[in-house]
Amino acid sequence: MLDLSLDARRGGFHLEISARFAAPLTVIFGPSGAGKSTLLRCLAGLDRPDHGRILFHGTVLTDSALRTYLPPGRRSCALVTQEPALFPHMKAGSNVRYGIPEKAAGVWVKRVEEALELVGASDLIDRFPRELSGGEAQRVALARAIAVEPRLLLLDEPFSALDGTAADALLERLKPWLAERNVQTLIVTHDATDAFMTDAEVALMKQGRVIAQGPATEVLATERQRLLAHLQMG
Amino acid sequence: MDWQAFFLTLRLAGLTTAILLVVAIPLAAWIVLGRSRWLAGLEALAALPLVLPPTVLGFFLLVLLGPRTGFGRLLIGVIGHPLAFSFSGLVVGSVIYSLPFAVQPLVAGFASVDPVLVDAARLLGARPARLVRTILVPLARRSLLAAAVLSFLHTVGEFGVVLMLGGDIPGATRTLSIVLYNQVENFDYSAAGRTAALLLGLSVLALVAIYSTSSRGRRA
Repeated sequence: MLDLSLDARRGGFHLEISARFAAPLTVIFGPSGAGKSTLLRCLAGLDRPDHGRILFHGTVLTDSALRTYLPPGRRSCALVTQEPALFPHMKAGSNVRYGIPEKAAGVWVKRVEEALELVGASDLIDRFPRELSGGEAQRVALARAIAVEPRLLLLDEPFSALDGTAADALLERLKPWLAERNVQTLIVTHDATDAFMTDAEVALMKQGRVIAQGPATEVLATERQRLLAHLQMG
Repeated sequence: MDWQAFFLTLRLAGLTTAILLVVAIPLAAWIVLGRSRWLAGLEALAALPLVLPPTVLGFFLLVLLGPRTGFGRLLIGVIGHPLAFSFSGLVVGSVIYSLPFAVQPLVAGFASVDPVLVDAARLLGARPARLVRTILVPLARRSLLAAAVLSFLHTVGEFGVVLMLGGDIPGATRTLSIVLYNQVENFDYSAAGRTAALLLGLSVLALVAIYSTSSRGRRA
């Protein structure tokens, strides 16, 4: 369970969020510039809010009043963004291995293979990032994130380079693995169809605020009507 | 040709470069990755030898490392002899004098590494030392080469600091630049020409090495 109260000003943009995300899978939906990525960066510890507090299962990740900012790598949290950010001088296997603690050296081979297999990228283990397509790189980036076995997985439009069917299939493969390990997942999207595809809770963001939260059919009723009208017109 | 001075110069430049890389890599990484408000001051301090006349730096070091200051007396007590007018003193002076030539290319190289890669490594739990060793240094290796070559060459060519801090002791502090100065002072222009040509050759060779590596990198 994620409890947060954040206040961050970035130039003319103001992120002001007070929310609780308790569902195993939450889709954060909103237009570009709504503050979705900033929210995820604050949760991951890459960005510090001006004021606020983030609690994950009761553990303080960020508390500006106490000046507590747990470093990104110590939050049991992984973030995958649209840009895969693979280390260009390392093969896919080494990229996936990077986050596995050194003390787990004996088990890293198994963890790397499992993670790559889960995302359907086993055959890419010996390839350098420059040899991968956009979709393959995103699969490897996802494998790298899950190989650290996070408790909180943040996905910021991570399947943008995959076609709709491949992205859906990947998410379906991932869901049981996440459920089995009790990994709470937040997926950011600006595509309403992504939100409807899952049975996740949806948080609707606009202009730096969460303006609605609940089942997709309720929160995105207007979006649903717009999509249906669009399909009928088509 | 004063081969003793030649090898002493190479030894001084080699040792200085090695020490500088050890010092400059963490310093540059701190400047690039750090959040402290003092970093601008630190960067300015590291760049100070660029604008400070070498004789001024040499004079300050001569005073600081000598028996006139508490620090100098402490140092003499620990190592048993003054650092001034010794090879070790020259190494200290050269490291300080050439510091910006090592730090600045590394700062530029580290800063050019895509921040999303740095974020990715931090998210995967890399602490600063591992981040520098596994991400920044490999991805900025051309800057590392530039820092090493520039530090080496700058040390080879230094004169003011050497003269102030080391004087002209054969086998201990007499470098090629001092030899060249002596040759010109003695109107031995043919010997001075050979020494100058050697220094010029070293510089050209090193610069060609840097530029050929960086153009290979651009083509890759």
